[in-house]
Amino acid sequence: MTVGIVVVSHSRALADAAVELARQMLPGRPLTIEVAAGTEDGGLGTDAMAVSEAIAAADTGEGVVVLMDLGSAVLSAETALEFLEDDVRERVLLSAAPLVEGLVGAVVVAAGGATREQVAAEAARGLAPKEAQLR
Amino acid sequence: MNPEQLTAWLQRFAELVHEQKDELTALDSAIGDADHGSNMDRGMTAVVAALAEAPPADAAAVLKKTGTTLVSKVGGASGPLYGTLFLRMAGAADGGFAPALRAGFEGVLARGKAEPGDKTMVDALGPACDVLDAGGSLAEAAQAAADGRDATVPLVARKGRASYLGERSAGHADPGATSTALLLRAAAETLS
Repeated sequence: MTVGIVVVSHSRALADAAVELARQMLPGRPLTIEVAAGTEDGGLGTDAMAVSEAIAAADTGEGVVVLMDLGSAVLSAETALEFLEDDVRERVLLSAAPLVEGLVGAVVVAAGGATREQVAAEAARGLAPKEAQLR
Repeated sequence: MNPEQLTAWLQRFAELVHEQKDELTALDSAIGDADHGSNMDRGMTAVVAALAEAPPADAAAVLKKTGTTLVSKVGGASGPLYGTLFLRMAGAADGGFAPALRAGFEGVLARGKAEPGDKTMVDALGPACDVLDAGGSLAEAAQAAADGRDATVPLVARKGRASYLGERSAGHADPGATSTALLLRAAAETLS
């Protein structure tokens, strides 16, 4: 089984588009990517309970790497850990990577069967190609 | 603390937030993302509805229901911050209001990683906890929270969306400190 990915964003549209962009890298390859984004009424915001449910849904037993946008997305992801079962919580890594670049890198290695630590490390170096190009 | 008293406190806080929703949002539009009033109003309206629908049996359950509702319904950073405040209060509900509020405050510090003087809710909540821990009344704690809110006016924000504005964040009270002052005012009015 592969590591699961969760995307936490203020905006459902932003999260869905980021996932669409990342899935371009996985033609025909399955990978669990869950989204927790926006408020119930379709506005901008994050919901720690929804993040918690997304993590539980994405976990196959191999663990989950969570990518976030800014501000309350980070606080909600941290808060979400409190609502998980202990064994699930221990398998979750919250990534400080930039959302889009980190997600693209993460899905490629996750679909290849990498561990959650490897997936998080790939996400964390997500800015490297852009920095190399602009140097 | 009994569940009826706590519910009355939360209902009064919800009323104050609703009455001052536009002022809270105006403060947040000056220095943030203009959603604090509407976010807190949505969250506290949901809390009051949840407590009315299935009144919890004890104080800890009231506080826990409040926390879990806020982390889900507020939307902005105030959700996890106020949510953590109430969840930690729930865990310390047996010791009375002052120790519970102190535990909640420590939860907010751990969650938000803000320090005093960063122009956040910490600047209102910390002084209120200090007053209560020293044996002061809820009215005195509410005054300390209001004074703490006023003291955020000249500060430059170092946390949250307001921190992107740098020096331009000075000159307005912090919205989170302002809503926290309302929380303590509601406590003084209902729990004394």
